[in-house]
Amino acid sequence: MKKTKTVNQRIRSIDGKGIMMGRAAYTDDFAPKEALVIKVLRSPHAFARIKSIDKSKAEALPGVEIVLTHEDFPRNPFTRAGQGYPEPSPHDKYALDDHVRYVGDEVACVAAHDEETAEAALKLLEVDYEIKEPVLDFEKAKGHASIIHAEEGIHEMFPIGFEPEKNVAAAYHMEVDDVEKRLAESEVTVTSSFYTQAQSHTALEPHTVNARLDYQDRLVLYSATQTPFHVRRILSQALEIPLNKIRVIKPRVGGGFGGKQAIHGEMLAAMVTMKTKKPSRLTYTRKEVFEATYTRHPMRIDMRLGATKDGRITAIDCYGLSDTGAYGEHALTVFMVTGSKVLPLYNKVDAVRFHGDVVYTNRVSSGAYRGYGAIQGNYALESAIDMLAEKLGMDPVELRQKNMIAEGETSPIFEIMGEGTEGTAMNMETCKLDHCVKRGMELIGYKDKFPRREIGNNKLRSVGMAIAMQGSGIPYIDMGAATIKLNDDGFYNLLVGATDIGQGSDTILAQIAAEELGVDVEKVVVYSSDTDLTPFDAGAYASSTTYVSGNAVWKAAKTMKKRLIEEAARSLGVEVEDIDFRGTSFKSKKDGEELSLSDLSNTLFYNDDQKQLSVTESYYGTKSPPPFMAGFVEIEIDKETCEYEVVDYVSVVDCGVTINPKLAQGQVEGGIVQGLGMAMTEDVKIAANGKLVTADFLNYKIPTGKDIRKLTTEFAASYEESGPYGAKSVGEIGIDTPPAAIANAVYNALGVRIKSLPITPEKIQAARTEKD
Amino acid sequence: MNINGRKRIFDIRPDELLADTLRRHDYTSVRKGCDTTSCGVCTILIDDEPVPSCAYLTVRAEGKKITTVEGIAEEAERLAGCFGDEGADQCGFCNPGIALSVHALKLSAKAPTEENIRHYLVGHLCRCSGYQSQVKAIRRYLGDTT
Amino acid sequence: MLVKFTNYHRAQSLEDAHKTLQKDKSNTIVGGGLWLKLSRREVDTAVDLAGLDLDLIETTDKTIRIGAMTTLTQIEESDTLRQIASGILVEAVSEIMGRQLRNVATLGGSIIGRYGFSDCITPLLALDARLDFHERGIVSLQDFLTEKGKVDDILKAVVIDKTKAKGYFKKVKKTAHDFPILNVAVVKSEDGTRIAIGSRPAVATLAQAAMDHLAAATTIDKKTITQAARIAKESLKYSTNHRAGAEYRAHLAEVYTRRGLMEVNGLED
Repeated sequence: MKKTKTVNQRIRSIDGKGIMMGRAAYTDDFAPKEALVIKVLRSPHAFARIKSIDKSKAEALPGVEIVLTHEDFPRNPFTRAGQGYPEPSPHDKYALDDHVRYVGDEVACVAAHDEETAEAALKLLEVDYEIKEPVLDFEKAKGHASIIHAEEGIHEMFPIGFEPEKNVAAAYHMEVDDVEKRLAESEVTVTSSFYTQAQSHTALEPHTVNARLDYQDRLVLYSATQTPFHVRRILSQALEIPLNKIRVIKPRVGGGFGGKQAIHGEMLAAMVTMKTKKPSRLTYTRKEVFEATYTRHPMRIDMRLGATKDGRITAIDCYGLSDTGAYGEHALTVFMVTGSKVLPLYNKVDAVRFHGDVVYTNRVSSGAYRGYGAIQGNYALESAIDMLAEKLGMDPVELRQKNMIAEGETSPIFEIMGEGTEGTAMNMETCKLDHCVKRGMELIGYKDKFPRREIGNNKLRSVGMAIAMQGSGIPYIDMGAATIKLNDDGFYNLLVGATDIGQGSDTILAQIAAEELGVDVEKVVVYSSDTDLTPFDAGAYASSTTYVSGNAVWKAAKTMKKRLIEEAARSLGVEVEDIDFRGTSFKSKKDGEELSLSDLSNTLFYNDDQKQLSVTESYYGTKSPPPFMAGFVEIEIDKETCEYEVVDYVSVVDCGVTINPKLAQGQVEGGIVQGLGMAMTEDVKIAANGKLVTADFLNYKIPTGKDIRKLTTEFAASYEESGPYGAKSVGEIGIDTPPAAIANAVYNALGVRIKSLPITPEKIQAARTEKD
Repeated sequence: MNINGRKRIFDIRPDELLADTLRRHDYTSVRKGCDTTSCGVCTILIDDEPVPSCAYLTVRAEGKKITTVEGIAEEAERLAGCFGDEGADQCGFCNPGIALSVHALKLSAKAPTEENIRHYLVGHLCRCSGYQSQVKAIRRYLGDTT
Repeated sequence: MLVKFTNYHRAQSLEDAHKTLQKDKSNTIVGGGLWLKLSRREVDTAVDLAGLDLDLIETTDKTIRIGAMTTLTQIEESDTLRQIASGILVEAVSEIMGRQLRNVATLGGSIIGRYGFSDCITPLLALDARLDFHERGIVSLQDFLTEKGKVDDILKAVVIDKTKAKGYFKKVKKTAHDFPILNVAVVKSEDGTRIAIGSRPAVATLAQAAMDHLAAATTIDKKTITQAARIAKESLKYSTNHRAGAEYRAHLAEVYTRRGLMEVNGLED
């Protein structure tokens, strides 16, 4: 492998400095000062029909420009989910509807000259509701008498198991071989159910959008979104605005994690601006972000494992019930990932089945969230594996080493399960799980610490672990493209649709281009995510940016290099084969004459056979090579109160080559801490009437800088041939292992297994008391 | 009031909050992340101590020395370099507030340990980094080479 | 809009502040400004007590007087208070939210609402703090906590004894940035032992029955302490909220009361 100058180097992000220094960069920083302030009236009821809305008093308030209700929108159902078209999510949402389906659902909106007036106008709206019985228990949702989506016009885009009359948004079933038979034949079985909770993304930047009509009378939106192109398309279809009249720009985004992979305020802001002809902005309060954006899908997963006495896992049966909340964004696809990016870890089973339903409830909508089902499935499977190890009298690591997927192998699941449709068969060209597990054991000191040690003072320390996999984009569906344009003085513009939401994609994509073009990163100026100026990219999700967008950039850079060599050859009067490309210059192998890139670029602009060198290339994956990792946690737990803290979390990750090792480490560690939040303290709580209890940071607890003290992260040496410079993606893999690792560590410490998240000291104490 | 060394005079409402006043007057670095004074994003310095500008009445800032990150440009640039070296530079939304708190910590002239740093900054939530890279970057910035 | 009031008045004196408060039922004191922001009430006049020297920590012969407008940071950094009862007030305050918030939050604001989750109230109760009000004068914190209703008076200061007592404080919480699930404070002085248990989720109260058990004992040893802790668990009311369940709170109360008593008595748990 050739040594790279820019790729796999710890380069500072290209935008970190400007952002630290406070320069305008985020969506709300670009809101026009005179923009109308939009405030949304939200439903106080979990399920109701709007009988009437009297907006006269609100409209009459001085300073109010417009009040919108469902009567002001064309009746076109859509999905808010930012996914490729046709979306695998049901079209079950109207911009504003005559039904509200969760506490916080949009009823109407007001646009006024300032915030105070807008809020006063909300209070003047008179809404008459017919309250309906809400469905709040997802285990009772299917077939419930109260039908959440009975409205006309909603539909699936292709078969996804959409049965709204039963409160089912989607359903799925797949089986390899005969799982019941294999389980019946198994010498040892484990059967257990696991519950995962709703989790809030809590990106530090609240959702925000501002809209304006520009001098060409086009609708221009600045939105904190992960999917600008999908936003544009969905707005066009839902609001019947011609696609060529809409421009969506994504500035810097203050975190997404999936929470901005769907429409939030864009629909309302677009309509307000279209109708008033004035700029408008809608910035969610933190309370609105909690109660009216999206959460992770809560699930119940019933896991059954079968094995031989000597530890060969022969069968896995995984049934899932997923709660998609009031609307079906990402319903099927998250559910499928719960199986497709978890079960292949144990690829050598004789039979495997994954099946279940995704149901509607009258809760805030569930949507995309880093891990995207894999974290829920991983918790269930990796807990069950430890349970199986115990039954077999085997060390849990050994059991995994005996059964886990290895390099060169495959699983039938890859071919069967894709993104809402069929998948793509693939071999694991790179899979360093064996190294990840061995190295992780070394780093945490597993042999000395497993299962637990007394450390005095009423405390124990124990270790637990889990393995995980994810994906690198969605094959045959996610496309990314890149344009590279040569400027005078020999620098490049790199235009990508790929969305930097803080994960550093602008930087790593510049690194890939710079590496191929043989220049410093400073010579590659990145502009991203503008539907007018940048080429298409599906968006920042499915861990696609490094692999899919990165490959597009690499392709474009290679093509640009080819064009440059052609121009240099012409300029130097030699053949293309005679050019030695040196990045910032071209040397003739014939007579040693040299031409600098800078001179060539100036000539091409001003002097001789002038042309603009500009290359656009696209890429879509023909497979989705999974990153893998092994996670090991050491906890210290109080024997009496069961309070515990993480002493160290060791992650050994195979994501191929890291384009930027420090940024890759940031992705892993950020994911680990979010995963630990889900494992330990985060819990979206709903009161009996459907109202959100945890609607602020005082009540919804994410880890702070004093909670997780030590993270140890390493990357395995790995080179994925199909990835740019050997890279696979790394955005999600970090989040998957903590829940199971913690559950296993707690079991190893105190002998109780917690099968619902979060794993709180109170639950551990109660389980212990029950056990005694 | 004195903002970043410059005397400014504003017309304000009595119940106006400093975060809104500053943002209204183009101190774009001052942003809000929550409604309950819990996240640290809006942090600015008043008389060199970190303060949540979203909960601070502008009228009370009269006569005080206010610093936003625009007022510590050199220090912020240097801190950004340390963040970049440690890979702590992700979405950046929490960064300006942190830069100001780190500046205040540095001015209080003790030699902060890692424990001190984590304690001083516990009011700054970050969802991207997992905190460890931030702490390493801040230690590097404060000259702690241990 | 999170804060709404029509007028802002910087009080010239306590009397002036008091008169202004009487003028309209909605008028309220602005302490650190944080409760005002969370309360969402519409207020006519906000009265600011800044500049009335209510932010001093003063020592006399026998007492320490902490002004009601003292910020939590001032308390956290006070060497004087660090000497009192093993520094439990300093320890409690240091675990409240973050530096920024402690720089503006006041001691008065942390007490006056009698909030169950107040981390200040529990150790102050164990320290037998007294409250000095403008109109009514001195009231024990213990009595104040049993009263109900909006406080119309102005709190000037909190007074505690300069004591050589040994203290213990434990805050049980989910993350470092959090409200407590339970607070336990134990102070053992020459006059006896006080045990305060707060955030049950109700506001702190003394575990009187447990204290009485200790007072009646001939020797304080592990056995007596274990019994006292059991009594603290059984004699107080614990409830469930979304943070924690009643049973778990009671269990924590027992464990930490025992540990606290062991520590202040210099015994190994």
